[in-house]
Amino acid sequence: MTEPEITPDLIEAHGLAPDEYQRILDLLDRTPTFTELGIFSAMWNEHCSYKSSKKWLRTLPTEGPQVICGPGENAGIVDVGDGLALVFKMESHNHPSYIEPYQGAATGVGGILRDVFTMGARPVAAMNALSFGRIDHPKTRSLVHGVVEGIGGYGNAFGVPCVGGEVRFHASYDGNCLVNAFAAGLAPADAIFYSAASGVGRPVVYLGAKTGRDGVGGATMASAEFDDTIEEKRPTVQVGDPFTEKRLMEACLELMATGAVVAIQDMGAAGLTCSAVEMGDKGDLGIRLDLDRVPCRETGMTAYEMMLSESQERMLMVLDPAHEDAARAVFDKWDLDFAVVGETIPEDRFVVVHGGEVKADLPLKALSGEAPEYDRPWEETPPPAPLPILPKIDPMEGLRALIGSPNHACKRWIYEQYDTQVMADTVRPPGGGSGLIRVHGTDRLVAFTADVTPRYVAADPETGGAQAVAEAFRNLVASGARPLAVTDNLNFGNPEKPRIMGQLVGAIRGIGAACRALDMPVVSGNVSLYNETDGRGILPTPTIGAVGLIDRAEDVIGAHPEAGDLAMVVGRSTGHLGQSAVLAELLGIAAGPPPPVDLEAERRNGAFVLEHRDWLRAATDLGDGGLALAAFEMAAAAGVGVRLDSGEAADLFGEDQGRYLLACPFDWAEELMVRAGRAGVPLDHVGRFGGDEVCLGRGRAPLADLTAIWRGAFAAALG
Amino acid sequence: MKAAVVVFPGSNCDRDLATALRVAGAEVAMVWHKDTALPAGTDLVGLPGGFSFGDYLRCGAIAARAPICAAVAEHAARGGYVLGICNGFQVLTETGLLPGALMRNRALKYICRTVPLTVATADSAFTAGYASGARIALPIAHHDGSYAADPDTLARLTGEGRVAFAYDDNPNGSVADIAGILSDNRRVLGMMPHPERAADPAHGNTDGARLFAGLVETLAAAPA
Repeated sequence: MTEPEITPDLIEAHGLAPDEYQRILDLLDRTPTFTELGIFSAMWNEHCSYKSSKKWLRTLPTEGPQVICGPGENAGIVDVGDGLALVFKMESHNHPSYIEPYQGAATGVGGILRDVFTMGARPVAAMNALSFGRIDHPKTRSLVHGVVEGIGGYGNAFGVPCVGGEVRFHASYDGNCLVNAFAAGLAPADAIFYSAASGVGRPVVYLGAKTGRDGVGGATMASAEFDDTIEEKRPTVQVGDPFTEKRLMEACLELMATGAVVAIQDMGAAGLTCSAVEMGDKGDLGIRLDLDRVPCRETGMTAYEMMLSESQERMLMVLDPAHEDAARAVFDKWDLDFAVVGETIPEDRFVVVHGGEVKADLPLKALSGEAPEYDRPWEETPPPAPLPILPKIDPMEGLRALIGSPNHACKRWIYEQYDTQVMADTVRPPGGGSGLIRVHGTDRLVAFTADVTPRYVAADPETGGAQAVAEAFRNLVASGARPLAVTDNLNFGNPEKPRIMGQLVGAIRGIGAACRALDMPVVSGNVSLYNETDGRGILPTPTIGAVGLIDRAEDVIGAHPEAGDLAMVVGRSTGHLGQSAVLAELLGIAAGPPPPVDLEAERRNGAFVLEHRDWLRAATDLGDGGLALAAFEMAAAAGVGVRLDSGEAADLFGEDQGRYLLACPFDWAEELMVRAGRAGVPLDHVGRFGGDEVCLGRGRAPLADLTAIWRGAFAAALG
Repeated sequence: MKAAVVVFPGSNCDRDLATALRVAGAEVAMVWHKDTALPAGTDLVGLPGGFSFGDYLRCGAIAARAPICAAVAEHAARGGYVLGICNGFQVLTETGLLPGALMRNRALKYICRTVPLTVATADSAFTAGYASGARIALPIAHHDGSYAADPDTLARLTGEGRVAFAYDDNPNGSVADIAGILSDNRRVLGMMPHPERAADPAHGNTDGARLFAGLVETLAAAPA
């Protein structure tokens, strides 16, 4: 079949800037073929090349004694003891989910699960962080229904428990929802699989589902802004099949045990192209692919289509030929395709043959190594205006505004659509701080959380970036976990705008500082830019997924206070209302600076909580909504009332950082105060649990009434 | 007591069920769906939860025609014990070992939550660990758990005391609040709730452990 001629329109349609195309001409010394143009566009788009963010991502801390593998592989890996490794990553599937919510979200889950089991780990936990437009925006409800069903439809069938996440609604996401999917798996620390090919003349094997035309050009689509032609992009969204993914996972784990796998890489964005180049590049080898041997779902597919297809549930591996029969038997058992489609070659070439013709013959290393990298101009975000004089906030009105808003209401409408207990190791399901999973067959637990407060990041990117890490740290600590590491999922608008680029730069600076101070290296991550529609960008949303470790089941800090327990706050409270949730929900304003983040205090306060975990009945992080919301949520979860002594809005709703709410048995409180004093950690007695009311200063309401509002508000808003 | 847990492609509670049975003292073998025979001396067959064959066509419909299911049917015909949980219950209705069918949940959404149940009869090896009328709580996690049967079947099930578990607060639209039923010889149990997810103190709920303990005790005492 003859390929189309390369024209300026065609180049532009592939998302390649004129200077980028010139770079291709210089590299090849000739005009690329159509297939080659497609390959370059797949490798050089923002999604695959990180060309706008790479310079800044390099500044993040990525090392530590707990780190087995940092960024650059399919997922990051930390040591969790007993010879086991935790493999985890978070990745966005924003653009596809907006275009086709069910399949977009489902394949986001599928992609992140593959990243984990590609490395030899069995997935044991999933989370998702979702951002939608205003709840009353005409598109929002159908997006929420579709995304949640898509995540559930894929994760439930695959069989991985969902243990946490977050969801928010804000006008800036009206035209760009965010779907950030996290997965973690466990592998023996001495049996981890990487993507670097080795050995010349070894078979390159295609595994899993057949290749179709779905998702052709998906990665390029995900690197562009949206406009009113968005409906035309629906065919670029892939279709997920969790049943095949489950079999692929089981087959891959069995295959890895045979010793047949030299290198393995899942086919995600830009499928066959990215996976082949990745394995060759990392192993300093060339790859030759014979597309006539690729299992296809449709007839008449061109080389271009096969190289750019994003059909799901596929893997590429370099095989040790001595084990080919055993490897093939595993895939026969699971009724999956197993096809030798190429081989490793000594030359630095990426050669693609189809129908006896060479469709592409490119320098392989240049495809990733020579990808453009930009030092885009950026502007420091101007400091936020000071907080204006606020009207008086009635405590009960403030609390009702929070618990009745979809942002802060109970999210069970969502998480009851996810299987939270499959694998029978879930110790704390979603809905109460960090999710906790027992390491199967041991007494250890791993803890998971996903956090960011985009209001803060928008007002002050550096503080907001640091705050996201600090909040994740606190969520882990409040469950009794020692924080280990993070994965960052950076969602921003168009980086070609200096203002947006400044948000990215600032947020990365803050994340880096916090990760360094709190010993939580960044071991994996993903960048999603161009989250804009008709020129309007999202709130900067750098989601932090974090993991922690609890050595023994008895070290878990509970979540349920008992009647008579004292309510105590660790950390300094100044009543900081700037950018607070109560302003947003009650008054509808986002004003003032976000709360400052004191990383030294975070560290000290966190260490104090962990050291005294045996003294605490329950603990939770103080974040959005401040003391009032945290105390209410604890009370609602336990079915025990709470009285907070102060009726001042600043005390109740201030969002000062570095704080925890503790429920401490009365008899132990005094000694705990003494110890806090000795450690230089502020610890204030702020109220008491008990009774059947929520009392905020002089304001009071029955706990049951407030709980009914909190539990019902989300479903009511979703209609 | 020897148990065999069947693994279909797409099963995802097979390990969980095997773990709960082992903890209760059973000897457990995993059996592949393409096998044609059960291990010799199998007392109990476990059909686990999950999405066998992706739940494509109808939940449990393709699994019911897998080679191993002929052996499971023979085992049941010989008076052997069979426990089907969630997808396993769906497989049992599709094989005809239990009457009725599991339809889409009333609210058309997947539901994962712990629900209150009543043990409607203690008269079976599966429910021997409970008192009749006992109130327990077990997790459910399904999209298609609304039990349906024609009036005659329903009258027989209730009349013969073959409803094993009933929902206290019907979450899915099941007829007569049915959460689990027994075969006429009371040796085949299908249930939508997951006792294996409430079988360990770490689960925060051990109401399901008594099912496995009672089962192992009864079968060990009186071999089939």
